[in-house]
Amino acid sequence: MQTKNIMIVGVGGQGSLLASKLLGHLLLTQGYDVKVSEVHGMSQRGGSVVTYVRYGDRVYSPVIDKGEADYIVSFELLEAARWLPYLKPDGQIVTSTQQIDPMPVITGAAAYPENLVEKMKASGVRVDALDCLALAKEAGSSKAVNIVLLGRLSHYFGVDEAQWLSAIEAVVPPKFLELNKKAFALGRNA
Amino acid sequence: MLGNAAVARGLYEAGCCVISSYPGTPSTEITEEAAKYDEIYCEWAPNEKVALETAFGASLAGKRAFCGMKHVGLNVAADPLYTMSYTGVNAGLVIGVADDAGMHSSQNEQDSRHHAIASKVPILEPADSAESLAFAKLAFEMSETFDTPVLLKMCTRVSHSQSVVDVGERIEPPVKPYEKNIAKYVMMPGNAIRRHPVVEERTRKLLEWAETASINRVEMGGTHLGIITSSTSYQYVKEVFGDSVSVLKLGLLNPLPVQLILDFAAKVEKLAVVEELDPIIENHCRALGLAVVGKDVLPLEGEFSQNMVAAALDGEVHTGCALDEAIPNRPPVMCAGCPHRGLFYTLNKNKCIVLGDIGCYTLGAVAPLSAMEMTLCMGASVSAVHGFNKARGAETEGKTVAVIGDSTFMHSGMTGLANIAYNQSNSTVIILDNSITGMTGHQQNPTTGYNIKGDPAGKIDLEALCRAMGFHRVRVVDPYDLQACDTAVKEELAAAEPSVIISRRPCALLKYVKHKAPLTVDFEKCKGCKACMRIGCPAISQQNGKARIDATQCVGCGVCAQLCKFDAFQSVGKEA
Repeated sequence: MQTKNIMIVGVGGQGSLLASKLLGHLLLTQGYDVKVSEVHGMSQRGGSVVTYVRYGDRVYSPVIDKGEADYIVSFELLEAARWLPYLKPDGQIVTSTQQIDPMPVITGAAAYPENLVEKMKASGVRVDALDCLALAKEAGSSKAVNIVLLGRLSHYFGVDEAQWLSAIEAVVPPKFLELNKKAFALGRNA
Repeated sequence: MLGNAAVARGLYEAGCCVISSYPGTPSTEITEEAAKYDEIYCEWAPNEKVALETAFGASLAGKRAFCGMKHVGLNVAADPLYTMSYTGVNAGLVIGVADDAGMHSSQNEQDSRHHAIASKVPILEPADSAESLAFAKLAFEMSETFDTPVLLKMCTRVSHSQSVVDVGERIEPPVKPYEKNIAKYVMMPGNAIRRHPVVEERTRKLLEWAETASINRVEMGGTHLGIITSSTSYQYVKEVFGDSVSVLKLGLLNPLPVQLILDFAAKVEKLAVVEELDPIIENHCRALGLAVVGKDVLPLEGEFSQNMVAAALDGEVHTGCALDEAIPNRPPVMCAGCPHRGLFYTLNKNKCIVLGDIGCYTLGAVAPLSAMEMTLCMGASVSAVHGFNKARGAETEGKTVAVIGDSTFMHSGMTGLANIAYNQSNSTVIILDNSITGMTGHQQNPTTGYNIKGDPAGKIDLEALCRAMGFHRVRVVDPYDLQACDTAVKEELAAAEPSVIISRRPCALLKYVKHKAPLTVDFEKCKGCKACMRIGCPAISQQNGKARIDATQCVGCGVCAQLCKFDAFQSVGKEA
């Protein structure tokens, strides 16, 4: 199988590391060669962060380049737009509609672009945007946005729900398991 | 498995017994992961020089030892490295150094291979997690076979990428006897003069080994192009070209093979070198008289990627589409509730000249706080404020400060402080004590009272230390209290003698730190004056002319409330 590419993008501290860990675990259990590339350190402090997940028969590069991503999973709207050039022309964006002002917007040096979902759709790519923060809160914690997003992503994947759930069981601490299963279901069925 | 975790696994399997390191992105997880194996003694040392000397001591005593650091840490540890190249080792000694091409979390992107060449020490470069594990084990064998410390060079994309590994069992190598050997281990001139030819002979033997070692691997494919590469660059080359070109993948980067490269070059029509940062393989090829494509088509700066390699060597370049829209940057910022914020606000307000240091607080340079004017290397703030004041005297003493974190102060700030105490400049040093090494992800240090496993350990008392060095004016402030910060900064700058301010409050991200409930804005009271925006808190924004607080980020620190003249910030709800 040709290598498939998933990018997880967001703002440092939003929980992308757990999402990539879960995806990596799931894909390994499917028998793929998997590479996951993360960002640690300074960029994590509220900056724009990106995690690359690649899988297939044999994966070489740990990173995804422009025009290569099959999916972009985004925690934040502006970040989806920022990384759009990395999507394949027929790729799929799954994004939370949450907006977090970056410092240049907070200080007034720049403006947060409007109607980003419509503009991204107009560029020809497929965009699935939903209020993951609200769904995460419904599941019991605003921190479960990552699992809501993966629930949504699972829609577009040919992997059984049961295998997703066992991947969640493998990487989430037991005391948060029920909450995360609920978050996954809310995302998947939204 | 994460590349760094794979190195740790390799250390474990090789029977490594002692690890002493200093945290630094992207190297930190090697030692954190190794600390999970009970068979290995692990510690955070105050700095890389101490760490490497500790590891050397363990090797001398006969047990396999490791020391991990980031690229700039190797500068700090260069002094022992260059001479332990002469002494060689007793049990195996491996030094893990992680470069940061692209500067994801660093102040420069120096190429560690230069240190290997200059110190005449072999350096291995793994290209993924499986090789990270295998090379860590091989490094110990090489160290003992060739009687040399061995550098294991990681980079951000190998350290922080996960890929599949096969794990093995741990071996327990017998403890090497310690034997007194003054001629080998006491590097005074008479002995060192006799050791230098030993080093040169060792390099000749390593070179001979490098010509046939399996870690230098030829993968023949199409012969119209032959590419010599290593590390993560190998992955980009294979991604773009697969088997359509021939590849010489180098695992040992010092010394570089000669005959192997000449033979490979003879089999291909055109020769290219793909290596990040400096043209070390390329210059080696040119010295061998080979025509080669390299830095004429690929950059000296930053990380490579598959598209970059493809564009340089006529491969297929992928493109996507961008919005016709300005996307504002999202630089890293101090977290909501960061204890450094109140202090930097105070320094900005008092128009101080701020000489900074390495850590989360370097983000104090970012607008709107903009309260840092120099950051160089670990500890430089304290030394430089002394020099600044010696140069300008009373003209600057009353407004210039050094700011340095607790861990950085332990690393290299103490010697600068000794210089102020000894040579008497009227300097003000502010230690930002957030009770942890923050930027690298919460490592303990000598001031926190805990060791790498989180168990109680020795604790250095910063106030007593500064007083013992001869500082009479040492005071502690809470950076959440803006009035107290302002008073402390004004008084210590005005004082006629050197002083230390310790700005003390634990990092807001520490698990044991209890947060208050998020604040809310009373829109009746808020006049939209934006006074609260001057602290650059990521939880505060303006909407429809009023301040708004993001409850998912706010930890209720209350610094913004102290800036509001209209009492618009309300604290409601339970503590989180």
